[in-house]
Amino acid sequence: MKISLTVNGQLREVEITPYTRLLDLLREDLGLTGTKEGCGKGECGACTVIMDGELVASCLVPAPQADGSEVLTIEGLGSRDNLHPIQESFVETGAVQCGFCIPGMILASKKLLDENPHPAEEEIRLGLSGNICRCTGYAKIIDAVMMAAEKMDGRESDQDG
Amino acid sequence: MAFEYVNKGVKRVDAYEKVTGKAKFGADLEFADMVYAKVLRSEYPHAEIKAIDVSKAEKMPGVEGVYTADDIPNNLFGVIVQDQQVLAKDRVVLAGDGVAMVAAETEEQAAEALKKIEVEYKELPGIFDPVDARAEGVQKLHENKEDNQVIHHPLRKGDVKNGFEKADIILEREYKTQFIEHSYIEPEAVVAVPEDQNHLISIYGSIQNPYATRTAVAVVLNTNLSKVRVIQNHIGGSFGGKDEVVSAMAARAAVMALDLKKPVKMVNSREESITESYKRHPYQLKYKVGATKDGKLTAMEIEAVADSGGYACQTPFVTWRSVVQATGPYELENVKTDVYGYYTNNPYTGAMRGYGSPQVIFAQESLVDELAKELDISPLELRLKNIYRQNSITASGQKLDTHTVSLEEVIKKAVEKSNYKEKYLEYSKEQKGDIKKGIGLAVSFRGCSLGAEAIDAAASLIQINKDGSVAVYSGLAENGQGLKTIFSQITAEVLGITMKNIDYMEIDTTFTPDSGSTVASRATLVGGNSIKDAAQKLRATIDAFCADKFDLDLDDVDIREGFIYDGKGNRLATFEDIVGEMGNQGIMLSAYGWYKGPAISWDEEKGTGNPYFTYVYGCQIAEVEVDTGTGELSVTNMTAAHDVGRAINPANVKGQVYGGVVMGLGYGIMEEVEVNKGKIKNTNLDEYLIPTIKDMPEIEPIIVENPDPVGPFGAKSIGEPTLELGSAAIANAVAQASGRRIRSLPLNLERVLIGRALHKGGK
Repeated sequence: MKISLTVNGQLREVEITPYTRLLDLLREDLGLTGTKEGCGKGECGACTVIMDGELVASCLVPAPQADGSEVLTIEGLGSRDNLHPIQESFVETGAVQCGFCIPGMILASKKLLDENPHPAEEEIRLGLSGNICRCTGYAKIIDAVMMAAEKMDGRESDQDG
Repeated sequence: MAFEYVNKGVKRVDAYEKVTGKAKFGADLEFADMVYAKVLRSEYPHAEIKAIDVSKAEKMPGVEGVYTADDIPNNLFGVIVQDQQVLAKDRVVLAGDGVAMVAAETEEQAAEALKKIEVEYKELPGIFDPVDARAEGVQKLHENKEDNQVIHHPLRKGDVKNGFEKADIILEREYKTQFIEHSYIEPEAVVAVPEDQNHLISIYGSIQNPYATRTAVAVVLNTNLSKVRVIQNHIGGSFGGKDEVVSAMAARAAVMALDLKKPVKMVNSREESITESYKRHPYQLKYKVGATKDGKLTAMEIEAVADSGGYACQTPFVTWRSVVQATGPYELENVKTDVYGYYTNNPYTGAMRGYGSPQVIFAQESLVDELAKELDISPLELRLKNIYRQNSITASGQKLDTHTVSLEEVIKKAVEKSNYKEKYLEYSKEQKGDIKKGIGLAVSFRGCSLGAEAIDAAASLIQINKDGSVAVYSGLAENGQGLKTIFSQITAEVLGITMKNIDYMEIDTTFTPDSGSTVASRATLVGGNSIKDAAQKLRATIDAFCADKFDLDLDDVDIREGFIYDGKGNRLATFEDIVGEMGNQGIMLSAYGWYKGPAISWDEEKGTGNPYFTYVYGCQIAEVEVDTGTGELSVTNMTAAHDVGRAINPANVKGQVYGGVVMGLGYGIMEEVEVNKGKIKNTNLDEYLIPTIKDMPEIEPIIVENPDPVGPFGAKSIGEPTLELGSAAIANAVAQASGRRIRSLPLNLERVLIGRALHKGGK
């Protein structure tokens, strides 16, 4: 079957089977390997993307459900020369170690900040509780989200949110 | 001494690709004509393989090849003992042993074909407790061994009988630790690419130790090391975990790739990863300690038994670190320690951050608190009466006189920061209500780097191009810990250039000499010295050229931030112009660096010698709240003071502390791979729970710096010390809060509430 969806602002048509996961569609059909697979069960958050404004575990979303949707992956957020403030903050606070959980962490942070531009620490903990990191102990990830909130202060909320 | 780059919290050099999703990990790699492979694993922990019929699988759609042990040129490998099977041949020794594998056009086709492989097993009785494995006359799990013992490390000092006679009090206690999973968020992945020329095969993937994997693949293929090239990609966490299990995966992929003449990709699911990968060793520990009534330790006797699982893997070395550190950082005249490892039919056990220290620290630091209670001395005071100080003699007879023995300093700093003394007194009083508070501390000394396990040397290569750009290669691997960044800092510091001129290349076994494994918190210390060596060689050549060109004394040549200055601070030229000129004159601007650690020694029979050339010291203090009504335990604060020698990058050091403390918390209060008769029950992250952001306590890192004469710019180690202390500190805090001493890990709800784990049938 063929579905069409908007990924990172571009309309894409993809031939899939009814069993294709959104994660596989992104990684294999579209080559967007920034979205990672850590558990295949929606527990670790490495495959987190934003679909129609909602945070989803792309390993749990059947691709046919994404027909007509708008999806944001890490590749759509910013590039090295034009980093999104959340990406900048993750670099500047040293919140990145191995980096495998980071795409999901950053997208979960974006969703959080889109809805709550000035989160308290407890709210950050709640917003990122679906994303597991084994390297950082989370301390600098909280710092990164705090810094991003400051950087984004006064700016318009992002268009893709 | 003022530095430009060293001792500064510069940004990670590999952060940009990681925050933009551009960083390529093993599973992200694609090659033309690539096929996918999957492994069929045994469900039985111990069974004879009577027959394997692959004929139906071979006929499945998309299948390119089906393989068994008969297709493996050399089926046994291992870093220390060659007893690990690439695919089980006649017998499986653990549930999760690979028995056959399929390569197919797609991963789904490979998985479907696996279901059609018919294996006839004859189930054999298993051994699931290392104490059973040591019993006289019990069946042998490896036929070519005398018995099930993998290793025995003895240590003898003084005369314990005499020591216990001098004691006013003798305490005997038993402690137990559990299997745990590394839980790197990236499951293992490799791609093996057959080559048409020069060498036989290239291996890419999430590989912690490229040289160890190269050796394993070469051994399995029966070929030379030069025929195998291993290139590490970004690796999604390892913590000691992506060694033997990835070597086996790489060897399997290599066998198939050479047969099919196509690249073969293998990516584990989380279930496959947890089922097959090695775990942290569970230990059963018996401690006996004697002390005078004023709190001076007189003797310690220890027996520790480690479960090695089906294979020896790293057990001989893991248990060796245990025997060196088992008495903790305490002066003792009389010591008798025996650490054993035994084969069982449990999952096999290997390296995990901390290696053989977290288990013995949990026991010994719990024991010291128990002794303090018996003696009615505060835990802090009892420690201060006995800890190592400058020139102390260790259990193995090593005099600690070549570095600053800073244990008292780290303890004092942690105690002050956490307000330990006041809180200890406060929480010792009767507390009202169900929620009780407690505070506990734990201390350690830790040998840096490999010690007497193996040759301890590392290499690097620095190439300066004619345009002033610099490429750095190291034989040690970036595993997420930040090695690329600190090695770039050292290069920039020594050469006098800016970090943006430096490109740090991925590790490639073809370009740098074998540097051993990126383990034992040795990369900064040993690898950093090799980087410094290469950079100093190049710097000497450039200094000599400049002295000659500008008619300066050699000592007056100053290079900073990419500019050449004379002794008076006048800017003479750019680094770029000078190296360009040197290049045009045919002066070599590449250099290998090499560093070999100082001499060490170990007598295997007596357990004496100088096992490590330097040590680090740490103290962690945990504060907890225990709900005595429900058993719910929350760790509210952790203070972690660590002497790192010198922090090359203080921001990275703090990152290691935060990460290590939270991993230590997981080990202490929540994690356990549940193994029932050799089979793992919790094979994904919905059942194997690791700390989330909600579990993170307030963490106060304290960096203590006493530069070490041996380390690069005085730097030592931090990765592993951060996680080895937490479980003991938490256990001590829980004992204070609840009045209940728990001697088994993890300190979960039922243990905190009723003092033991729950069993089937409510027993």
